[in-house]
Amino acid sequence: MTLVPPPAAAAPGRTAVGVRATARITATVGGTATTLPVLDGDGPFELRRLRSHGSEARVCIVGAMSAPLGGDRLRIEATAQQGAALHITSAAATLALRGPDSEHATYDVHLTAGEHAQLHWLPKPLICAGGSDLRQTWTVDLAPTARLVLREEQILGRTGESPGHVATRLTVRRGGRTLLDQQAEYGPGAPGWDGPAVLAGHRAAGQLLIVDPVFEETPLEVQLLGGSPEDGQAVLTPLAGPAALVTAVAPDGLRLRHLLDTAQATFRRTVPGASAIREGR
Amino acid sequence: MSRAALFVLADGRFPAGGHAHSGGAEPAVAAGRIKDADSLEEFCRGRLHTAGLVAAGLAAAAAAGHDPLALDEAADARTPVQALRTTARKLGRQMMRAARATWPSAELDALSAARPRGAHQPVVLGLAARSAGLAPLDAAYAVAYETVSGPATAAVRLLSLDPFDATAVLARLAPDLDRTAAAAAAAAGRIPEEGFDALPAASAPLLDITAQQHAAWPVRLFAS
Repeated sequence: MTLVPPPAAAAPGRTAVGVRATARITATVGGTATTLPVLDGDGPFELRRLRSHGSEARVCIVGAMSAPLGGDRLRIEATAQQGAALHITSAAATLALRGPDSEHATYDVHLTAGEHAQLHWLPKPLICAGGSDLRQTWTVDLAPTARLVLREEQILGRTGESPGHVATRLTVRRGGRTLLDQQAEYGPGAPGWDGPAVLAGHRAAGQLLIVDPVFEETPLEVQLLGGSPEDGQAVLTPLAGPAALVTAVAPDGLRLRHLLDTAQATFRRTVPGASAIREGR
Repeated sequence: MSRAALFVLADGRFPAGGHAHSGGAEPAVAAGRIKDADSLEEFCRGRLHTAGLVAAGLAAAAAAGHDPLALDEAADARTPVQALRTTARKLGRQMMRAARATWPSAELDALSAARPRGAHQPVVLGLAARSAGLAPLDAAYAVAYETVSGPATAAVRLLSLDPFDATAVLARLAPDLDRTAAAAAAAAGRIPEEGFDALPAASAPLLDITAQQHAAWPVRLFAS
């Protein structure tokens, strides 16, 4: 972790400009199980190794300080090398807060999975507190035989609070070709974000992405999820490549998670060889 | 180049089948989310800055002469919902038929041969604009305008909205249209340095979700 510029009289660990931190995780196959030769926490990211699940290595991200705040530049790089199985969660929701000035924060996640590797990125939601301004990216590079499960959830404002501003971009490449490229922008200043085309009063939005070569042969069918409008709405659709995406909106984080969990249970039931998403939570 | 060709291309009566599509307005009206001129305006603004910006970027890039097949793939990556990919290709096929008759070109023929079931509509429109001698910014304008004029026209039919009010909505969106078209053309201009990642990929969850729901309706007034 580096702090720029050098702290003068700022609180320890943070300056007016913010924290600059990059955490790194590398999973590789050692014998019959996945090992973690690199497990380097940094700044607000403390990395804890959890008990393995079969051959899968499990890592939990624990927040070591309040982040991201405006001005922070945060990054996580996680790689599952050839044949490795890596599962990453977080201990608590990520809370984006306003920094000392109106400067935005960035939070970039880079995920790489090699041939026959399996990577699960299933953290708790991001909560965009009033006044916060965050730009988050997920950049995923997959080998053609790699499998991915990725979930992202944004909750706009804490209970009874006006939302912060968040702009995201999710880019997934498979064998070097772009499988999915998607940006979203919500909160004050994003044109039309709360109107009838985008969120229409919903305060939680999320996605669950599953990439698996098994979908080359048997793509998933479209499914409509969600009951009454007050429970939120979601749809599961196959992408143009071997992947399926669940897109969900809900009035709050609880109902959003319920929709995504329902979708994930559907995957487990219907996908042949659903080992990739077993224990997806 | 003839600037007037832009009016031919952007005319709602250009025979490319767009009149049969509501651009997501039909499910939004049914859900009560579009109920008057104000909510129509907010719907159109949201669609313009998301799906509209993406489509305008693709069209500008095609008009600038970038590989239409690579752009078609970029469009797929930016259209996660199956129903919207199907609609975009259906409209692309109809646009292709009209464009080849209107501004015949070897580039249109080549794309038509490579994608007989239709390429994404904005890619075809951009290539049509190129064949007509129009600039990337012109193509972006045509697509951006179509993004809002489609739902506005549909809302007149679905809600019996006063056509004067619907047209006033379009007029109020003019500054947003200018910004969107300019941003789309600028993004296309960055492709040589940044590749197709330069193109916008903005999304609107409710447009995506309701498009797929709408496709399953047994009876509907509009195709999408």
